[in-house]
Amino acid sequence: MDRLDQLESQSVYIFREAFNRIENIAMLWSLGKDSNVMIWLARKAFLGHVPFPVMHVDTERKFPEMYEFRDRYAKEWGLNFIRELCPPIESTDETLPPAARSAARKTEGLKLAIKKHGFNALFAGIRRDEEATRAKERVFSPRGLAGQWDFKDQPPEFWDQYKTDFPPGTHIRVHPLLHWTEIDIWLYTQREQIPTIPLYFTNNGLRYRSLGDKDITNPVKSNASTIEEIIQELRTTKVSERSGRAMDHESEDAFERLRADGYL
Amino acid sequence: MTDVTAKIAPTSSEIASVRDLMRIVIVGHVDHGKSTLVGRLFHDTGSLPDGRFEAIKAQSEKRGVPFEWAFLMDALQAERDQGITIDTSQIWFKTDARDYTIIDAPGHKEFLKNMITGAAQSDAALLIIDAHEGVKEQSKRHGYLLHLMGIKQVAVAVNKMDLAGYDQKKFDDIEREYRAYLTSIGVTPTFVIPVSAREGDNIVTQSATMSWYKGPTVVKALDSFISGKPETEAPLRLPVQDVYKFDQRRIIAGRIETGRIAVGDELIFSPSNKKARVKTIEYWSTIPGAKAPTASEAGYSVGITLDEQIFVERGEIASHVETAPVETDVFRARIFWLGHEPMVLGKAYKLKLGTLEAQVTVQSIERIIDTSDLSNSASSQVERNQVAEVVLRSRRMLALDSFIDLPATGRFVLVEKFDIAGGGIISMDGYSDQRDAITARGTNITRAEHTITEEARAFRNGHKGGVLWFTGLSGAGKSTLAMALEKRLFDKGYHVYVLDGDNVRHGLNANLSFSPEDRTENIRRVGEVAALFERAGTLVITAFISPYRSDRDRAREAAGTGFHEIYVKADVATCETRDPKGLYAKARSGEIKDFTGISAPYEAPETPELVIDTASTDLEECLHQLVSYVEAKFRV
Repeated sequence: MDRLDQLESQSVYIFREAFNRIENIAMLWSLGKDSNVMIWLARKAFLGHVPFPVMHVDTERKFPEMYEFRDRYAKEWGLNFIRELCPPIESTDETLPPAARSAARKTEGLKLAIKKHGFNALFAGIRRDEEATRAKERVFSPRGLAGQWDFKDQPPEFWDQYKTDFPPGTHIRVHPLLHWTEIDIWLYTQREQIPTIPLYFTNNGLRYRSLGDKDITNPVKSNASTIEEIIQELRTTKVSERSGRAMDHESEDAFERLRADGYL
Repeated sequence: MTDVTAKIAPTSSEIASVRDLMRIVIVGHVDHGKSTLVGRLFHDTGSLPDGRFEAIKAQSEKRGVPFEWAFLMDALQAERDQGITIDTSQIWFKTDARDYTIIDAPGHKEFLKNMITGAAQSDAALLIIDAHEGVKEQSKRHGYLLHLMGIKQVAVAVNKMDLAGYDQKKFDDIEREYRAYLTSIGVTPTFVIPVSAREGDNIVTQSATMSWYKGPTVVKALDSFISGKPETEAPLRLPVQDVYKFDQRRIIAGRIETGRIAVGDELIFSPSNKKARVKTIEYWSTIPGAKAPTASEAGYSVGITLDEQIFVERGEIASHVETAPVETDVFRARIFWLGHEPMVLGKAYKLKLGTLEAQVTVQSIERIIDTSDLSNSASSQVERNQVAEVVLRSRRMLALDSFIDLPATGRFVLVEKFDIAGGGIISMDGYSDQRDAITARGTNITRAEHTITEEARAFRNGHKGGVLWFTGLSGAGKSTLAMALEKRLFDKGYHVYVLDGDNVRHGLNANLSFSPEDRTENIRRVGEVAALFERAGTLVITAFISPYRSDRDRAREAAGTGFHEIYVKADVATCETRDPKGLYAKARSGEIKDFTGISAPYEAPETPELVIDTASTDLEECLHQLVSYVEAKFRV
């Protein structure tokens, strides 16, 4: 059993726990490398099936390649696919820096979608190594009625015993990929031959390490044109994965504020 | 690597190789320098991302403090502003040997739940002690909890040696004191290392100022830890996580905690004790050439199908027949308590053990353990952050193992209201495995063969033998109906007899009390006696509350096809207004404890053969329904 087998088995366990313990759950699909791995792991967990809706909360500002990818694979993988739109930018907190405001729009879209469908829980493909507040996350992470994250008093979580008892009205984020790293994602994508959006590979010396809205996501310098080359690059780079995501860097606590308010 | 070019451009197989991963938790008393040590480790191994050092510098300056390494992992504003680690965090680095996940655990007593959360995810631990302050309360508590969590590989770093003048004697004293403590709780530290995280002594490079120390640096000590491997050689434990019927397959899903499984193996599911063989191990894969596995082992999450359609459900443990887990409804446990409210003697909590959930009550609190000097004290409750030894009792049979035998199925958490309030490890000291007592009715006893068949008895009597098992709340009308029915049936020529609770307790069960386990035994004996009556050709009517489904199921198993569960149904409010023996009043005043329907549960039958609703039907009509039922089912 190698490291990828261990990661896979742990994720499968998390999927099965959540599916058994929580009624009315759905998966968030951002179309990126992580959420594609997440769909794969769900199919592993449920032996080829994805027994819950897969939802894209659409800012309508993604790259065209992402929409093409979505429309093709939602069909090909036989997903119970839901698309929900984000509200206009005016509905967000105007004291936030511009890129963070854009991200907050997604949070609003997410909250509306949860309300509309009555989902008690969502699978989200965040990882601890992406960002320092995500490193403090729980696998089963309760949210308040307004979607907020009480990071100062998180539930204990050990021996694979997750918090599965909640007062009515609680919303839960379930994180099946929390223990994966960026390199793990690529190693697994390669091993399982999971389709990938071409934007991750070099184009004129630039590639995207992380995909978001096109107006607030920047590429990094890279000549990596295969998964092998991406992995090689990641093993030596000292640039952080989300360095191209403007909303993380506008102020010291920009991302923490977003997350406390319900961002992924 | 064999040539120079390979170093510059590794081959694709090398790049894509999967590196070994080890997870290390950093623990210790607050302010003993955990975060500084992690910062130094990252800095000296060149693992910091670009710009991170500068960012920490800016964050420190903004708050008017000297350069603060703790900000590397203290991601939350509140943590930086208050200079305290609130929650556990993780960060990644690598050595030539392998990759590491470093888990930072808060040292403040207030955040013990977060320390546990961090420590539970680790394979090994690095425990930090301040050379200046010496061994403190949390140094010991953390050491004790690591042991309780089953983390066996522990290295100790005696930090701030620069403030202690790099004094060997000071180090030796701390080493002696702390080794003695760890030894007393059964932990052997691999290394005790004198370090200065601030100055970088013995973190990545050997200290020049402490030439008297000949042991490894922190990094070398970490590299010496052995990666935990799944226990494939131990007995098979496959807790059932779910049963899927997405298509024509009926798949039992779960993770193999220990041991191995193969197609064709005979499995026993505990505690239902049903058996079947593994027909297939299911899989889904897009890897070209992938084939369905014929065997699997510890660590893998699997889905299996069985050769027979037996009913198994989440919470049962599949094992091989010869090496099945313990079955018991009582066990001893060493627990740590995290709840806002104390754990209270006699109180009920939800137990979660693997995938199993069950109600348990605290039967006794044996002792509170002071983790600083290991002294014991008595108490009727366990406070937040205390460690204690307790005895827990369940209302139904549980399948589990002693932690010392199989950790994964020998540990549990307790839930109060909505929150995990504690965790513990199981010891079966002083309690026996009840599997044999209940399921195997003596392996060397064969049943004597009667020369008179059941058909012959039924023909002579004009009716078949059987058991009419009345269940329902106290005051629902079981005894009244049983006695009246006995008379009606007797008049119709039936060989009929009522087994009544009070009568049985005067003789056969005179040695049993009203404790939950004795109640279970009471019902077990009644079930067995009823089964004997049935075989003798008699129609037996039993009138017992028999509140637990598992007890009634056992009686059904003893009697076989002639068993008819009859739910004498009336709600608590109705029964309470009748209250023929004044018992409800006593239960309400607290004079009677564990009273079914008031302070103890009644598990209504799910699929009874007959329901008699005494709340809305009068006695005569009830009797009419019962007599018609008996005539239809038992008359030959």
